[in-house]
Amino acid sequence: MAGDGRDMTADAARPTGGVPQDDELQTALAWLEAGRTVARAAVVSTWGSSPRPTGSQMIVDADGNMAGSVSGGCIEGAVVDAAKQTMRSGKPQMLEFGVSDEQAWDVGLACGGTVHVYVEKME
Amino acid sequence: MKRAVLRQLQDARSNKRPVALVTDLEEGEEALIDDGDLVAGELLLSTPVLHEIDAAVRYDRSGRLAEPNAHLFVEVFNPPLRLIVVGAVHIAQKLAPMARLAEYEVTVVDPRRAFATDSRFPSVHLRHDWPDDALTALDLDRRTAVITLTHDPKLDDPALVQALHSPCFYIGALGSTRTHAKRLERLSQEGFSDVQLERIHGPLGLPLGGRAPAEIALAAMAQMTQVLHGAAPLVKGAKPAAVG
Repeated sequence: MAGDGRDMTADAARPTGGVPQDDELQTALAWLEAGRTVARAAVVSTWGSSPRPTGSQMIVDADGNMAGSVSGGCIEGAVVDAAKQTMRSGKPQMLEFGVSDEQAWDVGLACGGTVHVYVEKME
Repeated sequence: MKRAVLRQLQDARSNKRPVALVTDLEEGEEALIDDGDLVAGELLLSTPVLHEIDAAVRYDRSGRLAEPNAHLFVEVFNPPLRLIVVGAVHIAQKLAPMARLAEYEVTVVDPRRAFATDSRFPSVHLRHDWPDDALTALDLDRRTAVITLTHDPKLDDPALVQALHSPCFYIGALGSTRTHAKRLERLSQEGFSDVQLERIHGPLGLPLGGRAPAEIALAAMAQMTQVLHGAAPLVKGAKPAAVG
């Protein structure tokens, strides 16, 4: 197959790389090095069905630019707001979204699960 | 998260180190753990907690630790899974794409150049050196699985020897119960103990009953997955199907 970067040298048999191309943390590092203010939000626990597994994360800058995701798009808006707050205050936050939470219905986590999202400033 | 820790994490990942980032969700402190050692960050962890982190890395499970340490969030960053297949045979042609779908990097080793060709094995790494040289060069780690498929002791045995000397998580060898018994006899003459030889899964794969190349490949994939996650056997005491 052309274009898949494969060749026949011994080195080609080594893994192609430990960091995926679309890695959120690599994006975070690039944004930080460019002098941008950055927060990260990570799914730290889930209960019931949830769109993204534990460890999923999203990177947000002060302008609300984001990379990655913590749900199927239902809670990202609320997480970006919290991230902006954390970037201003420097204080981490633990967010909970679930069926018992009015806000979760408002922002549409309709899949019936609960997720905890930890938001911290990167510095 | 501190930039210095992030930078070190990304360095470790690009060097394919199995690392864990541990965040104290109450204090906001963090630690980067590489093979049981704190390599960056300020969060101090007890030995029992480090053992729990090691298990999380081994089974590739990110999440909060169990109580009373649920304030510790462990993110596991493991290098990519790799599968080394020795023998560019028909089963390998089925196994390689299956393993690619399961997000393994696949290398097929066969010094017989007529077998290991690009057209038979698109999108995998091919090596034509002798299996022991190849496996030494590939530096088998605990995210690597090795499967031998040639039936030829000249090719299979040197690969199995290298695999047994490595921390690779799975070793599978194609061959009937009889073939496998002879293989174990040869390897024990080379000085391997019964306990060491138990690491070899032979006859290959879970007992799914199929004999077609794709079915044998599936049985091997299933067994690799089971061993990777430390899952219990599906049926206790079931006799593995003789394959090949």
